Amino acid sequence: MALDIVREETVLGPARLSTAKRPFKRPTTEGPVAKAVLMTLALGFLGFFLVLPLAAVFIEAFRKGLGEFMLALGDPDTISAIKLTLTVAAIAVPLNLVFGVAAAWAIAKFEFKGKTFLITLIDLPFSVSPVISGLIYVLLFGANSMLGPWLKSHGIEVLFAVPGIVLATIFVTFPFVARELIPLMQDQGTGDEEAAISLGASGWQTFWYVTLPNIKWGLLYGVLLCNARAMGEFGAVSVVSGHIRGLTNTMPLQVEILYNEYNFVAAFAVSTLLAGLALVTLVLKSFLEYRYGDEIAGSAKH
Amino acid sequence: MDVSIRHVCKDFERFPALKDVSLDIRSGELIALLGPSGSGKTTLLRLIAGLEPPTRGAIFFGDEDASFKSVQERNVGFVFQHYALFRHMTVAENIGFGLKVRPSSSRPAKSEIRRRAHELLDLVQLSGLADRYPNQLSGGQRQRVALARALAIEPRVLLLDEPFGALDAQVRRELRRWLREIHDATNHTTVFVTHDQEEALELADRVVVMSQGRIEQVGGADDVYDRPNSPFVYGFIGDSSVLPVKVDDGQLWLHDRTIGLAAPELPSGQATLYFRPHEIELLDGCSGCISGVVAASRRVGGSRRVELEVGGARDRVEIELPTDHPATQKSRIAFRPLRWRAFPAVSAAA
Amino acid sequence: MSLAAKAGWRLRTPSVIPGFGLTLGFAVTYLTLIILIPLAGVFWRTSELGWSEFVALVSDPRTKSALQLSFGASLIAAAVNVVFGTIVAWVLVRYSFPGRRIVDAVVDLPFALPTAVAGISLAAIYAPNGWVGQLLAPLGIKAAFTPLGIVIALIFIGLPFVVRTVQPVMLEIDREVEEAAATLGANRFQTIARVILPALAPALLTGFALAFARAVGEYGSVIFIAGNIPYFSEIAPLLIVIRLEEFNYAGATAVATIMLVISFLMLLLINLIQAWSRRRFGYGA
Repeated sequence: MALDIVREETVLGPARLSTAKRPFKRPTTEGPVAKAVLMTLALGFLGFFLVLPLAAVFIEAFRKGLGEFMLALGDPDTISAIKLTLTVAAIAVPLNLVFGVAAAWAIAKFEFKGKTFLITLIDLPFSVSPVISGLIYVLLFGANSMLGPWLKSHGIEVLFAVPGIVLATIFVTFPFVARELIPLMQDQGTGDEEAAISLGASGWQTFWYVTLPNIKWGLLYGVLLCNARAMGEFGAVSVVSGHIRGLTNTMPLQVEILYNEYNFVAAFAVSTLLAGLALVTLVLKSFLEYRYGDEIAGSAKH
Repeated sequence: MDVSIRHVCKDFERFPALKDVSLDIRSGELIALLGPSGSGKTTLLRLIAGLEPPTRGAIFFGDEDASFKSVQERNVGFVFQHYALFRHMTVAENIGFGLKVRPSSSRPAKSEIRRRAHELLDLVQLSGLADRYPNQLSGGQRQRVALARALAIEPRVLLLDEPFGALDAQVRRELRRWLREIHDATNHTTVFVTHDQEEALELADRVVVMSQGRIEQVGGADDVYDRPNSPFVYGFIGDSSVLPVKVDDGQLWLHDRTIGLAAPELPSGQATLYFRPHEIELLDGCSGCISGVVAASRRVGGSRRVELEVGGARDRVEIELPTDHPATQKSRIAFRPLRWRAFPAVSAAA
Repeated sequence: MSLAAKAGWRLRTPSVIPGFGLTLGFAVTYLTLIILIPLAGVFWRTSELGWSEFVALVSDPRTKSALQLSFGASLIAAAVNVVFGTIVAWVLVRYSFPGRRIVDAVVDLPFALPTAVAGISLAAIYAPNGWVGQLLAPLGIKAAFTPLGIVIALIFIGLPFVVRTVQPVMLEIDREVEEAAATLGANRFQTIARVILPALAPALLTGFALAFARAVGEYGSVIFIAGNIPYFSEIAPLLIVIRLEEFNYAGATAVATIMLVISFLMLLLINLIQAWSRRRFGYGA
């Protein structure tokens, strides 16, 4: 819209034969001053509140040079934190992926009672504080619960160990894939699947050759967001991890520990990895929206 | 309010939507802009309203050049095809909006706005729906509200963009009659856009036929129907039959026979003959007529449409016969158009 | 499948597509194990407390002040986000300028950036010797380690909720409606104030509620900048963590219950707003 007027003015300016002496004021847009003010407010706000913190991460990390930065990343505790983060994501994301596809299949391809309620329940983890997401597992598996001591007597540690971290991560990233797929698959309807079935395809063949190609970009989109949150989750994991160095520290927890020890360069160095992950996620996300916008319908909301 | 459009051109990104259009609209007139989509009729309406600026040319409201006045200053009533009602306002609030946004010096009191809204609701026969929301109305009712809203500001000109386009046929016919009544009661200068010739011919004092950014013909219903002045108007308004003919010394020839029609004003050469399928006389013998063999025949309402092969299957032409006419497949029929026009063929002229 | 087969009452309408039992069964089981049972545990624990003990725990002054701070700061941050989120969405939807796509992507940064990273970064920026902190210090404004810092972090975290809720609704605003307002004599400001903003109201309310709900529960981006001084800058989620570290499960559970109940009420409120708006005006958000 902004260009609209400019073009009109430059193309037509001299050729105009009418007696008018002032520029035409378009009824559906603001004047140039109002426009400039709004643009400045919006870009200023975004720059100040969103871009500045991101820039600060990188600047603080390299404050003492590349050497310090590399040294910080080479720390064995940090490396084990990176490994743990990757492990947790490698378990949590596929599980939520399978759940998301199954839930979306049931919800989008069939009509059944209680569907809306089921969708509300799937969204539930989004409205629960991360700290509470951790707390619920502490209550379930803690020392004075019923399950915890029983599992412990069988040699299974959940709390303050990797299983607890995985569970908490699954909880907070639970809705991502399902949320992306449900509206998409609802939009696509059941026609393709019914056609495939009528041509003699089995259920698996139908899913594999008909449904999956239709939802692959939406699925990737959901997995991308799910993974970003899984690797970056802090509150929930913090509550269940027990902060045991080299054992139950994920990258975000390592950031906290380093920061609290006033080892700022190291804290920000680890942060750059997470910020890099965020940037890659954003770039891929924007690319998917740009390239396959209509194949990842319902993508705008979280 | 007279509206005068003088040599107006409008380009969108160098695409010419209007090419040198001039038109005088008389005060109190009900005028239709009729044309297929892409003919520029809606663009012309939006230009009159001030929703778009003209690229060249001027638009006068009375004696005043309004070309570059803003919409707000022009004080026109505009009714949109899809109503464009404010969904969060009740019907009464919608109608009162134009008065409410006036500067405080000329803004009527709240009670007065409310009274006027009710008055207009009576006019559009929707009394009692004042506190409904647009969402709770039918399409026809919404369009009535939209018109009442446009009338509330006492516009100098009333502009309607395909006002009945989104409604079903039954409601359309009703609203058409009703719009005519409103116009006769309020006597606003009114311009409406339509692609429906029946609507334009029935409703308007004058019809402006447009095609490809130009005005083809302006005239009353009888003018544009009975005396189309271009092949386009012939083809666009009403049914028409077409035959390629040859002009020789002011006489029309079909293949190698004269058909008994004289067109002294036409230059010799190729031409195209236009006539209405029902405006013909059937002849027995054939000296100076068009004759052909029935190729197909179908019943259309109260008459029979017959397709004739003329000149040994080289051309086909459609005429209308009474239902009791004994024409059957392969029988030969001779006729002559009663009212017709021939236009020099474009390819021949070039 | 066996459920659907029971006579009379039908769980689902018949379909030739297979896999209903398998997928729904798996989804519901997984949902129950991961989400429902653990969440129910909180309410189970709370019910074990008994009403008087629950009231005593919640009315503890430190708890009360933490809850007040969490809800107060979240309200302020959500309000700021509604104003600026609307402006950002407007600029993104209505204006075309170089780099618009990048700016649009930047809006999602708080979704993508891990909260702990945002937290330490904000703390560094607003610390008295940080980039912004040292500009504020001469003015006598302390952002880090005060409730103001908390609000700043919550603005960061909540912005995309407003923008992404309002943006699609803005995209669908009918240009004809704006033109109609103009032909009726409304100037641009009146059109925006009386026609566009009211049409966006349901989306704005939803965006506000989402940003608010997220802010109340936020932990990672806040605790570094907050300073966590009891009775002053200690948020409710942090108090839960502190109670857990003290092995005071009852205390933690009580705070969590209050927060959960309020979150669910917010969720209900959002749905009610949407349903009401759709019924009344024919559009939601």
